[in-house]
Amino acid sequence: MNNASTAPIIIIGNGIAGTTFARHFRKKSNHPLLLISDENESFFSRTALMYVFMGHLRWNDLEPYEDRFWADNQIGRIKGRVTEIMSTEQKIVLKDGQALPYKKLVLATGSIPRDMGLKGENSQGVFRLYHKQDLEALDRWCKGKKKSVIVGGGLIGVELAEMLRSRKMEVTYLVRESHFWANALCVEEAQLIANHLSDHQVDLRFNCTLKAIETDRNGELSGCTTQDDQHLECDTMGITIGVRPNVDFLKNAGLNIDKGVVVDEYLTTNIPHIYAIGDCAQIAHPLPHRNAIEAVWYAGRMMGETLAETLTNSPTPYRPGHWFNSAKFFDIEYQTYGEILPLPTKNEAHFLWQSPQENKSLRFAYEKDSKIFKGVSSLGLRLRHEVFDQWLEEKITMTSLLEQLEKANFDPEFSRRYEKQISAKWKEHPHQ
Amino acid sequence: MERTPASIIQNYGQSLGLLLGGCGLLGLITPALVVEQPLPWTLGFSLFLMTAGVMLYSLSLYRGRLPGIKNNDVWIHPLTSRGWAGWLLASGLTVFYILIYFYPQHLGYHPEGNTGIVGLFDPLSVTLNGKPATQWFVYGLLYTLAIVVFGVKFIMKYQGQRYQIIRTLVLMFFQLGFAFFIPELLALLHPDTPYFAKDIKNMWPLNYYFFDQWHLKNMLNGGRLGLFFFLSGLAMTFLVSPFLTYRYGKRWYCSWVCGCGALAETAGDPFRQLSSKKISVWKLERWSIHVVLVLVVLSTISVIWSFLRKASPSAIINAEQFIFGVIGLLVVMLLILLFAFKNEMRTDARFTLISLGLLLLGLLLVRGWSGENNILFFSSYSFTKWYGFFIGAIFSGVLGVGFYPLLGSRVWCRFGCPMAAILGLQQRLFSRFRITTNGGQCISCGNCSAYCEMGIDVRAYAQRGQNIVRSSCVGCGICATVCPRGVLKLENGTISNRSITPSYPLGNTIDKQ
Ligand SMILES: Cc1cc2nc3c(=O)[nH]c(=O)nc-3n(C[C@H](O)[C@H](O)[C@H](O)COP(=O)(O)OP(=O)(O)OC[C@H]3O[C@@H](n4cnc5c(N)ncnc54)[C@H](O)[C@@H]3O)c2cc1C
Ligand code: SF4
Repeated sequence: MNNASTAPIIIIGNGIAGTTFARHFRKKSNHPLLLISDENESFFSRTALMYVFMGHLRWNDLEPYEDRFWADNQIGRIKGRVTEIMSTEQKIVLKDGQALPYKKLVLATGSIPRDMGLKGENSQGVFRLYHKQDLEALDRWCKGKKKSVIVGGGLIGVELAEMLRSRKMEVTYLVRESHFWANALCVEEAQLIANHLSDHQVDLRFNCTLKAIETDRNGELSGCTTQDDQHLECDTMGITIGVRPNVDFLKNAGLNIDKGVVVDEYLTTNIPHIYAIGDCAQIAHPLPHRNAIEAVWYAGRMMGETLAETLTNSPTPYRPGHWFNSAKFFDIEYQTYGEILPLPTKNEAHFLWQSPQENKSLRFAYEKDSKIFKGVSSLGLRLRHEVFDQWLEEKITMTSLLEQLEKANFDPEFSRRYEKQISAKWKEHPHQ
Repeated sequence: MERTPASIIQNYGQSLGLLLGGCGLLGLITPALVVEQPLPWTLGFSLFLMTAGVMLYSLSLYRGRLPGIKNNDVWIHPLTSRGWAGWLLASGLTVFYILIYFYPQHLGYHPEGNTGIVGLFDPLSVTLNGKPATQWFVYGLLYTLAIVVFGVKFIMKYQGQRYQIIRTLVLMFFQLGFAFFIPELLALLHPDTPYFAKDIKNMWPLNYYFFDQWHLKNMLNGGRLGLFFFLSGLAMTFLVSPFLTYRYGKRWYCSWVCGCGALAETAGDPFRQLSSKKISVWKLERWSIHVVLVLVVLSTISVIWSFLRKASPSAIINAEQFIFGVIGLLVVMLLILLFAFKNEMRTDARFTLISLGLLLLGLLLVRGWSGENNILFFSSYSFTKWYGFFIGAIFSGVLGVGFYPLLGSRVWCRFGCPMAAILGLQQRLFSRFRITTNGGQCISCGNCSAYCEMGIDVRAYAQRGQNIVRSSCVGCGICATVCPRGVLKLENGTISNRSITPSYPLGNTIDKQ
């Protein structure tokens, strides 16, 4: 055993999970901390990568903390890649061979993009969008390029479409499912988004996936063929078919790894002194209203907050509250609170209000018999998190919810209000 | 990461717009370059060309675009990212300001008969107020035109954002009516009334000479109109303004009414991202604004003091009573700041205010009893003159507007405006206004901070789930507009719940376990 009690707490990955952990840990303890990442010196907002590409922001604007923050809070940083974990010695090994002892090890390694398993997938001109380096490569490549194909109908794909359209590139967007973001959106909302994407001149193709990627003699992308044998010429391709936990380099460490690093409710792995948080963690027994792997910003933040409690002598189980999420599809904002599935279960019903000309819609999920409100999702309307969280907590009925709906409005002042329309629609609603 | 530079001009409409505007500008400045008497329609034609140029440019930029955030390439474009075009524009504006303030004769301003650019404006000035133009008339007209023309551009850009559109229309209305036409018309109707600020919305301390001897005298000698402006000025300063700031925050003034704000929000909008968000600059801002606050109070007190000393003995109060009154008020205010708002103020804010307040008290005590005319150690007249010059010319003109393309659009409002300082103090301590953060929804993207013209690091609050209660916030609402996740909302609510600092943003249950 080395001098483990004075060794730092090492965090692999300085994303939202690792950084939040470090910040909250530091509030309660002076023990040395070491953040390691091979991507960027400082924590940055991965969710905002697109805004740098489009010129809304500079790279520095993505970094929420000024450089002195890390020194002021005595959070050590190393830019480098961890290649191995020696759990019996309580050491990690960096790519340059250096071995560093740790007292505790926090894995916050995030995700990596999924591959399609097609030949030519890694040729020049084919991109993923996850890391800073992906963005830099894409930016260099896009100069003078005209035609692009994006594969994968999810959130990152639609961001990529917006990015490429901002450079006036043609975008053909292949979606395997019959409608957009099928594992979260219902048909009506997906249709509204599809129309909006067409308004932005995105050529959307549903039920369509890729069969082959073609390259020219230099190994550069030249085109592709879809499952139904259509040939598409293109000079740029984005593959955004989802992400998976970034755990490949951990395979030999003796950790219990399924899809992600399996952790219990205290975010502890099967090996003592090693923890996992954020995208790379897989909760062994998730709460009924949550998933085992949640590759979203907010989950990473909450795991970081929770583990910081546990490692500063107040063991705290990870118990995220009601689900919430948000996104933006070109100009249309999306928010959701609680549980709302693309297709209601047997005991559930949905209530939908729409104003398609204005790109607005609001959908509620509730229990059929009791009319208890279960979840909501909106397009083009801003909803107040606090109020919906409270309504979910109180399990109020739809009738009582709609009576006080204006409390949940979060649109800017002077915005048009729709509460009356929505209530009127509910009164005509068949399941009422 | 280096981004690929984009081309400055995207389409023919834009180039044509630039060309038209450029010709208009050239038309305006030719009289300064060539000696010959310009043709009578030159002014109208030049102003028309400039207006048409901006309109065409904006139309080709925004027409047919869907409503949404239009910040593509902001940090790439040489005009909006401190590139060569930004530097060029800043240099041009700075030269213009220097001419206006220090060398109006080079613009053709001669009291005995204008020539050149100012001469070009004579006919219009005579029509509007019955007198030949001055360099200030030229400036006022171009200023107002800029607000209207770029206001229209702003409205096109923020299409669909009702808060932004209504606010901008109101700004344009106040500038056109209250700051431009009404004063000009009053001058036409009452040519003999001595000069006093006839812009109703001008109140102390923005109108820092409100309490100046000459201004007070002119108002009091200005007949019913003068009395009206005197009383409305007092009411605005002591009743209306505090009430509105309590209800709505200082935005009711700074981004709905004020002329400086109007220019910043319209012509300055493309440059809002250039304000610095560094913590060190925030510190500088707090010092600067507190010093401004103390200077303006000091100079006002000294001016009223010398006014009262010269006033007849039958005046309502005499100079000594006034000084004692002020000292009493200051002590009470300091005590309130020290005790009642103890937790509301940062250490450095308290330190600045208290030390400067004590300095002020000391000065007043020493000089008040020494029986001299000058409270300060130099004549209050030269003090206010110097202050007005420094603040008016250097700060609000050159730094404030000339440097839009380098330092952002609200440098003056942020570091130098006494009005913003006073309203800000009240907003911070006693107002229902705040920017609410929507629970845990922030993704730390940084758009809100980047596009805050006042340099507030909005994200620092939003990502902690904390509401934003800041004295400098002018309530333009752009942070809420550009936020891609619907996290921010400008609101007036009860004071008690406005600055909550949760230990964790909403979503986790640690604090409930
Ligand atoms: C374009 C895009 C947009 C997104 N938008 C949203 C959104 O709007 N809302 C939302 O909720 N979520 C969004 N997400 C998902 C969200 O960004 C992630 O869930 C979140 O960033 C995960 O955080 P993390 O801290 O777990 O890991 P990461 O942010 O992935 O951080 C892990 C870091 O560890 C480094 N690392 C990994 N292995 C090693 C090693 N062996 N040695 C050294 N360093 C290593 C990685 O390089 C990386 O820097 C988006 C993701 C992308 C890519
Ligand atoms: S713009 Fe919105 S999401 Fe982005 S940092 Fe600001 S508050 Fe957060």
